[in-house]
Amino acid sequence: MEKRKIFLKGLKDGIPIGLGYFAVSFSLGIIAKNGGINALVGFIASFFTRASAGEYGVYKLIEKAEPYLDIVVICCITNLRYLLMSTALSQKFSPKTSLFKRILVGFCVTDEIFAISSAYEGYLEPAYTFGAFTISSPLWALGTCLGIIAGNILPTNIVSALSVALYGMFIAIIIPPARKDKAVLVAVIISFLLSYLGTYYIPGIKDLSFGIRTVILTVVIASAVAIIKPINTDIEKTEN
Amino acid sequence: METPSIAIYILIMILVTNLIRILPLTLIRGQIKNRFLRSFLYYVPYVTLAVMTFPAIIDATNTPIAGAIALVLGIIAAWFNLGLFPVSLICCIIVFVCELIF
Repeated sequence: MEKRKIFLKGLKDGIPIGLGYFAVSFSLGIIAKNGGINALVGFIASFFTRASAGEYGVYKLIEKAEPYLDIVVICCITNLRYLLMSTALSQKFSPKTSLFKRILVGFCVTDEIFAISSAYEGYLEPAYTFGAFTISSPLWALGTCLGIIAGNILPTNIVSALSVALYGMFIAIIIPPARKDKAVLVAVIISFLLSYLGTYYIPGIKDLSFGIRTVILTVVIASAVAIIKPINTDIEKTEN
Repeated sequence: METPSIAIYILIMILVTNLIRILPLTLIRGQIKNRFLRSFLYYVPYVTLAVMTFPAIIDATNTPIAGAIALVLGIIAAWFNLGLFPVSLICCIIVFVCELIF
């Protein structure tokens, strides 16, 4: 297939992703606004970051005026999955694919872009990923921007309803793998439980910042599950 | 103490997030062999997202019970693979309806 057709195919597959992004990033905008971020900065920040959980964490930290180091840590923790996704994608390129194009594909990676890129038949054509990026990323940024602008126009019950869109997305990301993999299911249940106890009851943990608490709980729980139930060393099985 | 700058916050976020995405494609040419590290990385997204979702979803809504019901029904919808957008939408509608009732 010629490059232009591959790009258009990516564009087409990116439409549903973009529409989903738009709704979700609108609620992200509401959170960004609470952090004192204006519409233009929100658009730029979202366009260049494209990380739901990561952006959410950062905007929350900005709202609380936490130290810069917390931003670095929360970005590393919430986006660690991109490390795995990019690693998986590095195995999917034709040996002929240039380093520059590999880096650009890496820049495009989100949960959804990774999902359709890794499902591409045969070697990944970077043009396909770029097509999906081209349609979905501006919608992600626009959603954030409009969330910031419309956050104070919309009635509070609408804002309250939209504020759970992001959590809905997180749920949609974690639950299907939890259904397939019992270890993930157990990890999710333990995470809910310890997060609840950690936020309200566990002395020391409940007094920590949102970012650091998230980091500590993640490292402890993920390490424990990794020790108790290590994954199959066959890389193909773990990525699917 | 000096007030932190939003521009620096955003710049750090953009740099760190994209560096994480790009690094493996430039550095890691082969497979990660360490079993613990791979297992840890495998579980991290699920654990982190779960930790960030609960109890935060209950604090996000005007009425905590609305967030709790949205969580439960959202999990059921996701269990049946309804996808990102539908699950998000269901959670929003549930909260809206619940807050009309309660």
